[in-house]
Amino acid sequence: MDAITENLGLFAEGYLVSLQLCLWGLVGSLVLGTVVAACRVSPVPPLRAFGTSWVEVVRNCPLTVVLFFFAFGLPEIGVNASYWVFGVTALIVYTSAFVCEALRAGINAVPAGQAEAARAIGLTFTQSLRTIVLPQAFRSSVPPLGSVLIAMFKNSAVVGAFGVGRDLFSVGNSLTSAQGYAALPVLTGVAIGYLLITLPAGGVLAVVERKVAIAR
Amino acid sequence: MSTQVTPEAPARPAKAAGARPDTVLYDAPGPRARRRALAGSVVATVVIAALVAVVVSRLADAGQLTAEKWGPVLDPGNEVFDQVWRLLGLGLRATLTAAAISIVLSLVLGTLLGSLRMMLPGSARWPLVGVMELLRGLPVVIAIYFASRVLPDIGVDLSGLPGEDGLWYLVIGLVAYNVVIIAEILRAGVASLPRGQREAALSIGLTHGQTMRLVLLPQAFRVMLPALVSQIVVVLKDTSLAAVLGIYPELLRRANRIAQNLDNPIPMVVVAGVIFIVINVLLGRLAVYLERRMSRRTAH
Repeated sequence: MDAITENLGLFAEGYLVSLQLCLWGLVGSLVLGTVVAACRVSPVPPLRAFGTSWVEVVRNCPLTVVLFFFAFGLPEIGVNASYWVFGVTALIVYTSAFVCEALRAGINAVPAGQAEAARAIGLTFTQSLRTIVLPQAFRSSVPPLGSVLIAMFKNSAVVGAFGVGRDLFSVGNSLTSAQGYAALPVLTGVAIGYLLITLPAGGVLAVVERKVAIAR
Repeated sequence: MSTQVTPEAPARPAKAAGARPDTVLYDAPGPRARRRALAGSVVATVVIAALVAVVVSRLADAGQLTAEKWGPVLDPGNEVFDQVWRLLGLGLRATLTAAAISIVLSLVLGTLLGSLRMMLPGSARWPLVGVMELLRGLPVVIAIYFASRVLPDIGVDLSGLPGEDGLWYLVIGLVAYNVVIIAEILRAGVASLPRGQREAALSIGLTHGQTMRLVLLPQAFRVMLPALVSQIVVVLKDTSLAAVLGIYPELLRRANRIAQNLDNPIPMVVVAGVIFIVINVLLGRLAVYLERRMSRRTAH
């Protein structure tokens, strides 16, 4: 275990970089996913078609293909950025499709009678959306959204493996390849680092789920 | 959009139903809402068309739409066309091989692990649950990397197995993760069965093992078939992680190699992506079809 204790600083830095990757992905994919979901449920057919094709294409494509497309494809048409930016963007684009589906599932889980009752008592469209439909939709999206986000935290390791540098994966890679440490202890350290992201996230999710759970 | 219930809304249900998504968000649109939707459609179409035009002109300006870039994958007359598709075919075969082995192994081991977890008495279950939770929290790419680096390091020799070492590192990493997922899917399936199934099986004298094997698992498999098919999509996509780690010549790695030789990354990544999308969309359709059939047949 010397490999871990000697390089604790590197591991800690790698952990923070990986965490940053996750947080950027979290914010970005929630925003983009909400936009795509709004398109997908909008009454405007072209926007719906856009949302549907976005989800179908992105969801059925491996994250690695999205990554390769961003990192190797975009420079060809003159879009240049660091691997970090390409990696985070690919992670956001990939996760947005799943966020969209989680949100849409939440909206569809609201019984139609709720909206009908809201209209029947004379609420306007905006009122019924704001006070009746969306709060319930949000609550039932929480469990699927949580799994999507935890999957995204794990997928951030793929972006790391692609080579954004200084993150947990890169630390493991450079310690074993360049500095000749034995693989088992170093990679155990890397694994522990990722578990320190996903397990607490799972705990937070469980708490949030309990708070917002509704009996149907 | 303030769509109030207009008198004529119920009069045109057929027209409205065709245009509306299955959502509780809005009512059948009245004349004003329809006008707005139309205006929105026009604006959205213009914006989307403009975006597409920008992308296409960017591609054209950068010389990305030339026969030189796309010929190798699209033009059968191109001198390297046959070679490119032969390599892509090898890659696809490698991808499907790795996915198939991983899925079969995960199903078998996942069923064993899931049954074990359900049948162990409380206190003996905890270590198993702990290991499963750890494996579930670990990114798959780390599991594969772990297998490819640690196994050779500690002297595990895989050369006796058919195929190349890379294949088995990939398979081991994928299986380590998916075993847990499959076990959990089956556990959810068993939990969804009516309690009487288990009680009846035990009361006619079946042992716990027999109850699990003859009564609960077959039904759980049927209930969870759509979820299992969706997991196949995940495994298939995850085989391409080998391309990032560079341990196994599957589809994306082959495509990337070709792109390096021919200097056409956009066409090659697009082709690899389209192949993945086609396979996965078909699998997704299968899952939806199975789900429909299932909901028709299990009406307990």
